[in-house]
Amino acid sequence: MSEQEKRKTTAGGALLRFWQSVSVPLGAVVLALIIGAVIIEVSGASAWDAYASLAKGAFGNAAGWRRTLEKTTPLIFSGLAVAFAFKAGLFNIGAQGQLLFGAITAAWVGFAVHGLPPGIHAAVALTAGAIAGGLYGAIPGALKTYTGAHEVITTIMLNYVAMGFTDYLANGPLKDTSPGNIVARTPNILPSAKLPTWSWLPFGFLLAVAAAAVVWWILQHTTLGFEIRTVGQNPHAARYAGMKVARTVILTMVISALLAGMGGAVETQGVVGRYEPGFNANLGFDGITVALLGKTAPFGVIPAALLLGAMRAGSNVMQFHAHVAQEITDVVQALMLFFVAADVIVRWLLRMKAAEEGEKITLSTGWGSH
Amino acid sequence: MSEVLALEVRNIVKRFPGVLANDHVNFALRKGEVHALLGENGAGKTTLMNIIYGLYHPDEGEIFVNGEKVTIDSPHDAIRLGIGMVHQHFMLVPVFTVAENLILGAEPTKGWTLNLDAAREAVRRLSEQYGLEVDPDEVIEDMPVGVQQRVEILKALYRDAKVLVLDEPTAVLTPQEVEELFVIMRQLTERGVSIIFITHKLKEVMAIADHITVMRRGKVVGTTTPAETNEQGLAAMMVGREVVLQVEKSPAKPKDVVLEVKDLVVEDERHLVAVDGVSFEVREGEILGVAGVQGNGQTELVEAITGLRHIRGGKVLLRGKPTPERNPRYLIEHGMAHIPEDRQKHGLVLSYTIADNLVLCTYYKPPFAHGLQRNQAAIVENAQKLVGQFDVRTPSIFTTAGSLSGGNQQKVIVAREFSRPIKLLVANQPTRGLDVGSIEYIHKRIISMRDQGAAVLLVSAELDEITSLADRIAVMYHGKIVAVVDADKVTRTELGLLMAGSKIAEAAPAV
Amino acid sequence: MTTPASFANWKLFVKRWGWWLAGAVALAVLIGYYYAKSPQITEAVLASTLRQSVPLVLGALCGLLGERAAVINIGIEGQMLLAAFIAFLVNVYTGNLLLGVLAGVAIGALLGLLLAFMSVSLKIDQIIGGTVINILAIGLTGYFYKVGLSAHGKLNPIPLGPLTKIPLIGTVLFNNPPITYASILLVFLVHYVLFYTPWGLRTRAVGEHPRAADTLGINVYLVRYVNVVVGGALAGLAGAYLSLEAVGSFERLMTNGRGFVALAVMIFGKWTPFGAWGAALLFGFASALQTQLQFGGQVQIPHQFIGMLPYLLTIIVLAGFVGKARPPAADGIPYEKEG
Repeated sequence: MSEQEKRKTTAGGALLRFWQSVSVPLGAVVLALIIGAVIIEVSGASAWDAYASLAKGAFGNAAGWRRTLEKTTPLIFSGLAVAFAFKAGLFNIGAQGQLLFGAITAAWVGFAVHGLPPGIHAAVALTAGAIAGGLYGAIPGALKTYTGAHEVITTIMLNYVAMGFTDYLANGPLKDTSPGNIVARTPNILPSAKLPTWSWLPFGFLLAVAAAAVVWWILQHTTLGFEIRTVGQNPHAARYAGMKVARTVILTMVISALLAGMGGAVETQGVVGRYEPGFNANLGFDGITVALLGKTAPFGVIPAALLLGAMRAGSNVMQFHAHVAQEITDVVQALMLFFVAADVIVRWLLRMKAAEEGEKITLSTGWGSH
Repeated sequence: MSEVLALEVRNIVKRFPGVLANDHVNFALRKGEVHALLGENGAGKTTLMNIIYGLYHPDEGEIFVNGEKVTIDSPHDAIRLGIGMVHQHFMLVPVFTVAENLILGAEPTKGWTLNLDAAREAVRRLSEQYGLEVDPDEVIEDMPVGVQQRVEILKALYRDAKVLVLDEPTAVLTPQEVEELFVIMRQLTERGVSIIFITHKLKEVMAIADHITVMRRGKVVGTTTPAETNEQGLAAMMVGREVVLQVEKSPAKPKDVVLEVKDLVVEDERHLVAVDGVSFEVREGEILGVAGVQGNGQTELVEAITGLRHIRGGKVLLRGKPTPERNPRYLIEHGMAHIPEDRQKHGLVLSYTIADNLVLCTYYKPPFAHGLQRNQAAIVENAQKLVGQFDVRTPSIFTTAGSLSGGNQQKVIVAREFSRPIKLLVANQPTRGLDVGSIEYIHKRIISMRDQGAAVLLVSAELDEITSLADRIAVMYHGKIVAVVDADKVTRTELGLLMAGSKIAEAAPAV
Repeated sequence: MTTPASFANWKLFVKRWGWWLAGAVALAVLIGYYYAKSPQITEAVLASTLRQSVPLVLGALCGLLGERAAVINIGIEGQMLLAAFIAFLVNVYTGNLLLGVLAGVAIGALLGLLLAFMSVSLKIDQIIGGTVINILAIGLTGYFYKVGLSAHGKLNPIPLGPLTKIPLIGTVLFNNPPITYASILLVFLVHYVLFYTPWGLRTRAVGEHPRAADTLGINVYLVRYVNVVVGGALAGLAGAYLSLEAVGSFERLMTNGRGFVALAVMIFGKWTPFGAWGAALLFGFASALQTQLQFGGQVQIPHQFIGMLPYLLTIIVLAGFVGKARPPAADGIPYEKEG
């Protein structure tokens, strides 16, 4: 029996493999936190205070947990969206725009549709949001397949378009016309469309975890997942094997965007209660960090999102108690992304050998050409 | 010996992970000679030359140029020492002109500005001096490969190369172009250039070499001269045992037409016509070989037939029915198997396990899938069966395809393609870059496929492969089939002429 | 000369440049017409076109320097943003505009160095490498930004003497602030370097066939590093333009996607400096028109839709023109030395 097979079968081997797959992200997080601490100290505050108050704000009590999980939920969705597209070699930076469409559509269904029983209404709004996001994601997918326009630029441009469009809707046709309102926002959704929160546990978080499980199942155990991964690994071989590459690319973008759209819907129905422009402005980029930190594995996305969610949730408390600007979390997040992408640095620090060759992602092919 | 050698290497050792590519290699090149370096694919010839040219660093050993010990850390050093190399895959920038390619890295200037006039002048001077005619302003990608090769040689001469390494220079040439190259090589040696000629073709070695050094599995087996040996002897040195150069097969018993190609027109990436009105048919129980120098439209022909490329005109019929365009799945489901030209690009997903690669074309069908859900147990069982049956040497069926040797990778593809019930086999360069053992194995499998009643379309640039396997031979030149002849009624010379576009083979009746 | 040969040359000339010529004439006529009709607005729109094009053309030059050497730079947005911020900060604390610009250029180059390190040495996927820079820039500018800082002046137009007196052209072309002039000069300079110098020849060779360049003794890694760093400096200049020349202040996320639009400009311009300049002017015109529509009040379209214009134009340009020109053959592929 080979070394490799041994590692696949024994319990010790499983533990070793687990360590190998988490060591780089963990190392990246630690390195990023250290450098973040240096920055905090240099700018005249106490890094220990900052991190301690951050952790306390995120996990100190039930309200903290609730805030953390609320922040984590859309991050799981956008992380899943990015990770899923990665598998087909696609870089969906458009989670932001897809999420906005999902959020405003769910809000619209939530306040404008009357007479549905509570559970059903919520489900319909959620589905509508997901579909709206998915359709918006079909655009860059189709542009990529039929014109060769690289999704990195088109999805970013579509983010700006989505921001403009939803802003228009929230200021115009879908504006909250109740007396006294002057800001851009939709009316509150009906109670029947709301997603519940039990004490500190938002229902949306459970949905996000379920979505991760579904994504995992699709990728690992279905023929569709096999097609998606093959297209991502070697589109030439995929075509040779009779797979419909164009269809797979579009479908992948749609499913990816569907996840982002669902994230937006959950945010509307579970947290905000209506649509307001400008919430969670950087979710698209955050999704990239979450996906890479989670090694693009669906179940890796959850802890990665939890980490970032906690940073977001605790940063208020940190700013208040330790007088460190919230944006330090953005810096730390960028550093995490750098170290997890530059995994050779972390491996060198941990004295680890390069991972055995597995499925690697290449995004830069097909740039500017068919 | 008092003679000063142009180049000598002593005890060169180069290790790659898992392979000893050069094992204490010694090699001496006299001034003004053509010294052939002969060996199978993977024998270590190219590794040795890359060491001489500074692209690899040897783990052990010494290099001497003109009797002086040197270290060559980069191509820069090699060029400085008067070593020039013509690589197997040309090192020319396709969108540059001849002049631009010539001066790249050693540019003449006027002030800050490139002096392209001086470059053109250099091209003219050199091409006159060595009789290598080229137009300095022509763009490389618009030139025939034979002319591109001249540019490569000119590049080395522009840098005052005294030692010229030619790595498999004849692979892309017609027999006639090979003759021309040999004339050029003779002219060069007369002007004092020493040439290392790397090849695995015995006939060429016998024709041109002054000395022959044979390598096998990273070691030098011996050095000889054409006068002291013959092709059989060289083959035995190369492979380490007596080789049967001929494949054993019974006469073909062709039956119904399986594949019919009618007036097929196909374009290449640059939208130029690559296949220009080709028609032929392949019957059950026969092998139709497509011979021709690389780049005469064979790749595009195969891709069009196998559904990978857009068809501009004409038809491809499978058992009398027109096939839908660009639909490999239809073809696979209707009994086509395809051994692609580039196994790493089309044939395999290198990051996937052998097991997954073995179901690459059938993953969606029972027993490998029930509806949307894949059936891991059936996939594993299939892999275990095929790995044994097709002699794939691997530690496990969960090993990634990328970590296998070329021969075993090809066996995985063959196992996958032959394990379906097939009516048509399209094999494009099925043995390129493989060792003799794997070549023999794959040849046997192809013939047994034919004997089981499959129609086989075999495309190969190796004339020996075509003549030993094919029952009929179609010769392709400039996108056209210039003749279809019976394999046992045609000589190598006639084939060579046909491959060069000549139609004078009237002796061979078209079939 | 009326020989058939020169006639044939003439025909060739028309065939090659005819459409450009016709376009140029049509454009001149159109501009002349509007100038006669409403000189102020025409002047304003054209001047604004030129200025809006500055960050785009600089960003596109940054992108094409990298891609000509086969390094994709999607971090231009981040390079611009951080450079705009640093240029602004240096100006705030020193009161010196030139120092601010230089600091912006330097920080752009530094981020270029980071990108080169990630994509050339570490061989990280170049798109992810660029994304790291973008996120880093958002994080750093967000963290260090303090409300209430104000710049000491901004770069003012330098009228070029009597040239300014020429109607229309004078005001549009010869009465501009320094970075605008610099951007035009840089178009010519980059064109010269890329197509008329040994460095340019080597850069293009590295972008098309790095192994060929390597076998001729050219240091592929060095060529890539230098191009990406110089490109970064240009993106830095674009950033300094935004904070110190266009606005005279810094705002969060003030680049607003210009770094990404610049990449579309580069593709539309077929990876050539002059092509990029033309494309940048087109985008500049779209932005100028957008401003005009927004504040002119002649058209009743929700401002959000007018605001989408440059982004939609980017998508259309990409969809329509990708694949019409060939990118450098090795674009985006890390180079692995053998052995």
